[in-house]
Amino acid sequence: MGLLEVKDVNKRFGGLQALGNVNLSVAENTCHAIIGPNGAGKSTLLNCLVGKLIPDTGSVMFDGQSVLGRTPFEINQMGISRVFQTPEIFGDLTVMENMLIPCFAKRDGSFALHGIRSVLSEGELRDQAEQMLDDVNMLDKRNMHSASMSRGDKRRLEMAMCLVQNPKLLLLDEPTAGMARADTNNTIDLLKEIKEKRDITIAIIEHDMHVVFSLAERITVLAQGTPLVEDTPENIKGHPKVKEAYLGEAA
Amino acid sequence: MFGLDKKDASLLLIVAALVAFAPFLLNPFPEGSAMAQFNAGYPDLMQRFVIFGIFAIGFNILFGLTGYLSFGHAAFLGVGSYAAVWMFKLLSMNVLPAIILAVITSGIFALVIGYVSLRRSGIYFSILTLAFAQMSFALAYSVLTPITGGETGLQLALDDPRIFGSATTAEGNIPVPGLFGLEMRDSSELVLGNWVFTFNVGYYFAAIVMLLSFYLAIRIFRSPFGMMLRAVKSNQQRLNYTGLNPRPYTLAAFVISGMYAGLAGGLMASMDPLAGAERMFWTASGEVVLMTILGGVGTLIGPVLGAGMIKYMENIISKINSDILHGWFAFLPDGLEDLVVTMIYPFIGKGWHLTLGIVFMLVVIFLPGGLVEGGQRVAKLFGRKKTDEPKSAKTEPAE
Amino acid sequence: MDAIILQILNGLDKGSAYALIALGLTLIFGTLGVVNFAHGALFMIGAFCAVTLSRLLSLSHEVAIPGQTDFLGNPATRDVPYVFDIFGETVGASIIDWAVPLSILFAIPIMILVGVVMERGLIKHFYKRPHADQILVTFGLAIVLQEIIKYYYGANPIPTPAPAAFTGSFDFGAVIGFDPNTIIYPYWRLVYFAFAAVIIGAVFAFLQFTTFGMVVRAGMADRETVGLLGINIDKRFTIMFGLAAAVAGLAGVMYTPINSPNYHMGMDFLVLSFVVVVVGGMGSLPGAVLAGFLLGILESFASMREVIDIIPGINQVIIYLVAIVILLTRPRGLMGRKGVMED
Repeated sequence: MGLLEVKDVNKRFGGLQALGNVNLSVAENTCHAIIGPNGAGKSTLLNCLVGKLIPDTGSVMFDGQSVLGRTPFEINQMGISRVFQTPEIFGDLTVMENMLIPCFAKRDGSFALHGIRSVLSEGELRDQAEQMLDDVNMLDKRNMHSASMSRGDKRRLEMAMCLVQNPKLLLLDEPTAGMARADTNNTIDLLKEIKEKRDITIAIIEHDMHVVFSLAERITVLAQGTPLVEDTPENIKGHPKVKEAYLGEAA
Repeated sequence: MFGLDKKDASLLLIVAALVAFAPFLLNPFPEGSAMAQFNAGYPDLMQRFVIFGIFAIGFNILFGLTGYLSFGHAAFLGVGSYAAVWMFKLLSMNVLPAIILAVITSGIFALVIGYVSLRRSGIYFSILTLAFAQMSFALAYSVLTPITGGETGLQLALDDPRIFGSATTAEGNIPVPGLFGLEMRDSSELVLGNWVFTFNVGYYFAAIVMLLSFYLAIRIFRSPFGMMLRAVKSNQQRLNYTGLNPRPYTLAAFVISGMYAGLAGGLMASMDPLAGAERMFWTASGEVVLMTILGGVGTLIGPVLGAGMIKYMENIISKINSDILHGWFAFLPDGLEDLVVTMIYPFIGKGWHLTLGIVFMLVVIFLPGGLVEGGQRVAKLFGRKKTDEPKSAKTEPAE
Repeated sequence: MDAIILQILNGLDKGSAYALIALGLTLIFGTLGVVNFAHGALFMIGAFCAVTLSRLLSLSHEVAIPGQTDFLGNPATRDVPYVFDIFGETVGASIIDWAVPLSILFAIPIMILVGVVMERGLIKHFYKRPHADQILVTFGLAIVLQEIIKYYYGANPIPTPAPAAFTGSFDFGAVIGFDPNTIIYPYWRLVYFAFAAVIIGAVFAFLQFTTFGMVVRAGMADRETVGLLGINIDKRFTIMFGLAAAVAGLAGVMYTPINSPNYHMGMDFLVLSFVVVVVGGMGSLPGAVLAGFLLGILESFASMREVIDIIPGINQVIIYLVAIVILLTRPRGLMGRKGVMED
């Protein structure tokens, strides 16, 4: 059984069937990509996994527990971290503070009232955060105001914030959208490195086939809210149904 | 020192020194001189400086850190005042139990209001707090008259029980609030040449409480909790997806700032044992917002500065009348003198609120960072390259 | 039954004022995205337009009364308003009598001017600033405006009567078939309600049937897209601000006979109008009107002796209580649209 099990999930928005009988199983320690043309329901599916949307029917099990009805912070505490399409970081805070917040969340849970001890005295967490920053080559930027960084750096910071929590599952929502080729390649390298270094499961939603075929071990193709095929990248490449979904009937 | 880093410790020491020597610093002009009306070193006004300082420091913990703009914080100040006066009526004239009850009561009050109001954010939150405060005002003003004294306010009486103290003094008067025998209104004067300096027990008591509150605020600003509050302001979505629940954090900040307001209210009643509903009116809530903004939102020292500025201006400006103005401009030719006086007159005396409103607008428009930011700009203007910004609340302290 | 109708009628005038102010507030919020704490001040300025006009009309000069002397033996004089000189005594007297309704004509240009100046001079610069800044700067402006009025007109309420034809009350119960003297209702309140209904209808018609209104409504729904169509939305929004100011001002003009205007009436109404807007749903025009009347009537019911005897002081807090309950159970308000001020 996979780490993440999506069974018969349906979601309607008014008259639109956004997701129809989606079944998906993400095995532990794999990188699983979900691809599909625009409007295929990729984002809806993702939002159902993290607690932003609740499916009309079906079940979403993570690590043997249902995530349905839980809030995003509860789901994160279960071990799912999410990277957004446009980097979501704490822009008013420094890079180091950005890193410390997930460290605190990991150690103390969703709420803890440490109102007196100084942040400076949290040596262990600071070491953790610095180690992670070093891993993503951002240690020199730790005192920078995070809003003033480049988009690529923000993306790396966001990823570092997710990874420092040691999540069981990392969800990536088009992590290279809007990036230049060089940045995209850097991100691919970063993700490859992460995969080698740690035992982590990654689910990635992506448009860019270059990224998908560089990283994914399994690929699910989604079209009109329904999974079309699920297979290895080699088999997906020449699959007629995939071509059809992307290029239309004429092809 | 005190678990603070060097910069924060020196800030605390500077504030402590200013507060300790305030009776000298605020009385720079000799008695009887033309400038004596700019003196502010008398007990009543100095008490207000530090008490409103506490109020603003607490408000800043909520507004400065989380960005939630409450328009109803005066309600907590009012509740604190009522609670303290009731302690004086029922228990004794010792200020400690009165202040403790004031803080607890306003804390509970803030917990209830905060729990409801914080279910919404943005302007909805502002309007909800405003509605709650106006409701509290209406209740205090008329409905709950047996508890609040209604229009006349809550006052001490000769026949109050005061079970742990005496209902009346030996002379048959109502006793005054004190701390184990030290009466809050006691003062001693130091006469040096033409200068008169007043040292008031109540002021120094309130000042010590203020320094403690300020110290606590610094600790909160530098703590993981303070960092979370800034994260709430910065990006709630990210906070949520990082496994943190924003609501208890904001609620804790709301309750803490409500307790600060209650503390200020309790101290106010300790200096002068009466409480009225007008302390809860929404313009009073607006005033603390102004103090915080004028000083500098989200900075440590800003609210203290802002509270001092506003209370000083209020006191001085509302005392000026047209005779004084004519005195000042007597050197001008008659016609011009009258013209200048007529032009300034609307802004002084009873026109203080007009000046206040204009200052409010000017600060929001031109100096959203308040006096602290203004100071920084001036410092920059003189080319003094600041390596570590005084606006340290927004940057991580140097390691 | 008659008691219920009476309370509904009593709630109508306050409800009308709430509705008119809230309409402008929500219009400004919906179009400009600005939370205007100075909107109550516009209501107050409108009321003082009426005060000013009635004072202007009563300006007079002394005229000797032929053949009479006062006790010192000087020729006796009497004050004759200038309008008498211009229009003659009968017409002049009725002009003075009708000062409040005439103030409508006087107030419209003034209010539009005030609104446009306010928007161009101040609020324009706050579109991109946080809501907190908008609240604060308009709050400061409200204080300034009310203090200016206080400086020139004093702190006391200034009685400004309705035309003689509309003072007094009539037996509304008898008109609709109840026993005589059960429902006595002042004429002017009925006038106020009718006036409010006309204004509200005019605003809706304007937004519904003119191209201008269509663009504004489109802008309320999606400002960016409308901007992309090459339509100068900002200019229209300035005009909308002037319009909202005029609506609030007219509400104030006609309210003067019901409550003598004073400098803080704007603030008093503002807090409640905010509550009305929130209950109706931020950015919803029908919601603002509906909530305005509902809350006005509710307040009137809560003021009934029978109710106060059971729950003392309920009339003071009922609106706030209802607002809090609605905000918590229906965060978008009664008729709020999805996507407006979602958090």
